[in-house]
Amino acid sequence: MNDNEQQPLIRLRGVGKTYRRGREAIEVLKNLDLDITCGDFLALMGPSGSGKTTLLNLLGGLDHPDAGTIEIGGARLDRMSDADMTRWRAAHVGFIFQFYNLMPVLNARQNVELPLLLTRLGAGERRRRAMIALDLVGLAERAEHKPRELSGGQEQRVAIARAIVADPDLLVCDEPTGDLDRATADEILGLLQILNREHGKTVIMVTHDPQASKFARRIVHIDKGVLQAAAEAS
Amino acid sequence: MNLTLFGFILANLFRRKARTLLTLASLAAGFLLFGLLQAVQLAFDRGVELSGDDRLITQGRYSFTEILPIGYRAQIAAVPGVELVTHAQWFGGYYQKQSNFFPNFAVDPESYLDMYPEFLISPEARAAFIATRDGAVAGRSLAARFNWKIGDRIPIMATIWPRAGGALDWSFQLVGLFEGRDETARSQEGMLLFHHDYFDEARQFAKGTTGIYIVRIAGPELADRVAAEIDRRFRNSPNETKTGPEKAFNQSFIKQIGDIEAIIAIVLSAVFFTLLLLTANTMSQAVRERTAELAILKTIGFSGRRVLGMVLAEALLLCLIGALAGLGLTALIMPGLAAAVAAWFPGLGLVTATWIEGLAIAALLAAAIGLPPAIAASRLTIVAALARRIA
Repeated sequence: MNDNEQQPLIRLRGVGKTYRRGREAIEVLKNLDLDITCGDFLALMGPSGSGKTTLLNLLGGLDHPDAGTIEIGGARLDRMSDADMTRWRAAHVGFIFQFYNLMPVLNARQNVELPLLLTRLGAGERRRRAMIALDLVGLAERAEHKPRELSGGQEQRVAIARAIVADPDLLVCDEPTGDLDRATADEILGLLQILNREHGKTVIMVTHDPQASKFARRIVHIDKGVLQAAAEAS
Repeated sequence: MNLTLFGFILANLFRRKARTLLTLASLAAGFLLFGLLQAVQLAFDRGVELSGDDRLITQGRYSFTEILPIGYRAQIAAVPGVELVTHAQWFGGYYQKQSNFFPNFAVDPESYLDMYPEFLISPEARAAFIATRDGAVAGRSLAARFNWKIGDRIPIMATIWPRAGGALDWSFQLVGLFEGRDETARSQEGMLLFHHDYFDEARQFAKGTTGIYIVRIAGPELADRVAAEIDRRFRNSPNETKTGPEKAFNQSFIKQIGDIEAIIAIVLSAVFFTLLLLTANTMSQAVRERTAELAILKTIGFSGRRVLGMVLAEALLLCLIGALAGLGLTALIMPGLAAAVAAWFPGLGLVTATWIEGLAIAALLAAAIGLPPAIAASRLTIVAALARRIA
């Protein structure tokens, strides 16, 4: 680990989140403190309803906490407006989902290019960067294929390329292998590991899968909205 | 192909090709109907547009079907501010069969042609018309419709005016053709004009009368005063008059057929209301079924405003393509249609104003159908939308 990796990229203090279901208030996260260093690969584990996806949403800037502070790379997410949060996400976070969530009307390259439409880059440069990202995930030769012409593993690779094309600091992954067979899941996890180790991306991954968590540097367990313990992954 | 925002919007629009094409077909049919009805309205308007600001019409006080003594001409001519007076009698005849109907009038040739300089006629034809007692002149499109040639005798069957002895068949010698000076005047080329003197002498009844007087005044500002003076002169006579601007007369004449403008407005309102429901359903469905995709766009950094713009642009694209297809189809069939009906319904056409109006309606339609789903998409909560996807 270099010096940069030792810096706390993410700092959560006293974070709480409550949802309302009718008259009932459900406290999903309770007074949560967490530090994540730059270049970490953190696996968030816990049973269904434990609050891990809610925590991931807060870390990815998709939702606001009801209590506490969230500081990521010096930015206070808990104080940001929706519009500021949108801009921050575009610049700093890449998202990877269980169901890939690619645009079916676009081919693989165009899907990867999509976040770059928000930049001032020209069409040629956008295309070039999309191809580099696709090459990095080993899918350059499938660039002109639509999502329906790709396997699940290939779709997830395209989603990873889309997540990294704008060169974010943080990759937020919600069950990225939940819809894949073991071999394909391991390939995807290997790819995330490469992005973490060789390209310095900080990765936060929610998973149910103990096998998947082995690819992480650190595992954090959460239950009933409370962090249980952090452990170095094997 | 390079990815552009427009390309992405277009791809989304055609993601369900059958649904989009059917919606476009409905829109195109609606705008085709719009183009055709506007052409009909235009044809009627052109008749009204031909009206001169400096021309008045004197008719019977209660209806233009009343007859007026021919002697009124001199009295009207004596009213201060009047420059020229002519008269015309609706004949209502047809050629060979009743479906071959067209406007035909008994007129005083010289003063009538002087009154309407927008009808161009050669000096030879004009002289022949004035000199030939049973002579007639026809608009160029009318002559073309029935393949009439100069020198032909034209048999016309009367519906109102029998000849002395009761026969309904009349015959005129075609001595010349006239044509409209501009598009508006060309819309009136479906007329036949013949000598009042010949008609008056030969008809069975109402001799010494005419239908209306057409009065040219020295300036439009004199219209009210001259009209009032003409009517004053014939007040308390057996044939009281009503005088007004030619435009108002033509409008009231057209309203005898019905309030065309209102009928067209009602039909088009019904058409566009149906289209509104249809396309609104299509747009809402199209946006609803990709809630998760919209949430992903917002996740990767598309702002609510940008998402709103994309959905609105999609609605606009849908409506504009439909409108252009419909109006394009109208433009394609209009020349043939206009030529086919020119003689009995002249003046059909697709003008720039109709294109502009059509595209403006398309934009309004797009706003109406696009705004509700666009606002919903822009307010979409990412977490809730993605949670629904997972559920």
